[in-house]
Amino acid sequence: MTAPILAARDLRIRFPTQDGQETVKAVDGVSFDVEAGETFGVIGESGSGKSTLGRAAVCLLRPTSGEVLHRGGNPYLLPSKALRQQRRDYQIIFQDPNAALNPRMRIVDSIREPLDILGAGSRAQRTAQAMAMLEMVGLRAEFGARYPHELSGGQKQRVNIARVLTVRPKLVVCDEVVAALDVSIRADILNLFASLQGEFGLTYLFITHDIGVVSHVSSRIAVMYLGRFMELGPAETITHRPLHPYSVALLSAEPTPLPSAMRTGKRIVLQGEIPSPTAPPSGCRFRTRCPVARDACAETEPEWREVSTGHFIACHFPGSLAAH
Amino acid sequence: MVFLIALFALALTAPVVAPFAPTTQNVNNTLAEPSLQHLLGTDDLGRDVFSRLIHGAPTTLYASFLAVCVACVLGIPVGLLAGFLGGWVDDAISRVIDTLLSFPAIVLAIGVTGALGIGLTNGMISVGIVFSPQLARLVRAQTLVVKQELYVDAARCFGASLWRIILRHIMPNAIQPVIVQITLLLAVALLAEASLSFLGLGVQPPQPSWGAMLARAYNYMEIAPEQMYAPGLAIMFTALAFNTLGEALRVALDPTAKRR
Repeated sequence: MTAPILAARDLRIRFPTQDGQETVKAVDGVSFDVEAGETFGVIGESGSGKSTLGRAAVCLLRPTSGEVLHRGGNPYLLPSKALRQQRRDYQIIFQDPNAALNPRMRIVDSIREPLDILGAGSRAQRTAQAMAMLEMVGLRAEFGARYPHELSGGQKQRVNIARVLTVRPKLVVCDEVVAALDVSIRADILNLFASLQGEFGLTYLFITHDIGVVSHVSSRIAVMYLGRFMELGPAETITHRPLHPYSVALLSAEPTPLPSAMRTGKRIVLQGEIPSPTAPPSGCRFRTRCPVARDACAETEPEWREVSTGHFIACHFPGSLAAH
Repeated sequence: MVFLIALFALALTAPVVAPFAPTTQNVNNTLAEPSLQHLLGTDDLGRDVFSRLIHGAPTTLYASFLAVCVACVLGIPVGLLAGFLGGWVDDAISRVIDTLLSFPAIVLAIGVTGALGIGLTNGMISVGIVFSPQLARLVRAQTLVVKQELYVDAARCFGASLWRIILRHIMPNAIQPVIVQITLLLAVALLAEASLSFLGLGVQPPQPSWGAMLARAYNYMEIAPEQMYAPGLAIMFTALAFNTLGEALRVALDPTAKRR
């Protein structure tokens, strides 16, 4: 078997807090494989460490310990020139489409920049390539001469997509790519992602807090809480038969398009806020908000185990919380 | 803008335009009031103030541009490096900047002039050195803000080199307040030139410069106060013009300020 396109091995990323007294454990021991061609969804609340994970996957953040593997190799062991070469295959699209574009560069210059860095072909050829890509993501050529502030959020996100695609990446991390967009535009952008996946043979690491989005696009889903994976499995399993109480609660929070009298499930509202990632709770880190926590949960951290083929979970009492 | 172009034209054509040589003395006609012959009167040695003002323009402009250029060449790269690299580089550079800023500017300038030797060029180089920490600190602060931007991360992701990130992404987005600061410094440099010339460390008599003229006129303030108007107003309007230029540049460089 070939090495997975992206893998993490006991990945940990820590930041010092503002006062430097404590450390924030943004990602605290995560391992997973992403296979070529799939869409790997990561869901979790704000502050669960999903974005940090995404940034680490494309080498924007250096792991504190553990490693990120690109096709089985640790990119940080490469000489800096080779690392810069390899980066091309691993791209990221950010949540805020506006902040990701240099306000002083015209759209066509922004899209062309990755090609300029590669230095392939003449400037005119690169411009032509950039313009072709602009059309590919559904924008008219005239947008090329504009500046980012003259575009709408959805248009800017299309530009970001076009820019990333110029380098023909293998894997694209989509970090909350539709969260900043109007609901009406979300579907368009998600469909664009889907059609480009086939066309360019892309693998996605799809990070979001929106279960509706992630279940729509993903083949596998990981549920993240306080820097750790709680559950990981095929999208179908996670959305329909979740076992971890946290996954169950998250899914029950998804609005259903039915009058309240007709809804079958009850909504499980988690109490309180996500605990501080500087000092996660002992044992299972979800226990402070878990409706079915028992004494054992405070004592030992649940193991990451496979309950059925490809379905992993970190919980002492899986399936004890049911939404129905 | 028009004023500045006229000023530059005047500076370049000074010997042709000026009615008298700037150093021609006429001791029979000192501290004269403005007349048709001497449009702005004469100074304490009977020299034509109008001619001296025109001849002083190139010297004065040269002086302030030199000082600001030196400040930019030293200050901007240092600020960019400190802001972008962070860590111990930033710590070291920031301490040096703080140290330089803690000296009164003119004292430092006198010290540097002393080391380099007396003269207008050396004097203004030292003024430039004195200005550079101000610019460096501003550029550093701006760089710290801009380097957090997502488009910088995006560029890193495409494998952009350090220089590319600094030149294409950080510089253009950090430079806006720096340009405004530079135009302010041009004005301050005019005054610094005056101070240094006043202290005898800048322009050497009898060569005219606006600062030197102002300093000289100051000695006769009680007898002939109108002597100070010409160089003083010239400095003021030039400084004002530089500031207006800075504002215009800022708008011209900012694509979001453009109206289409």
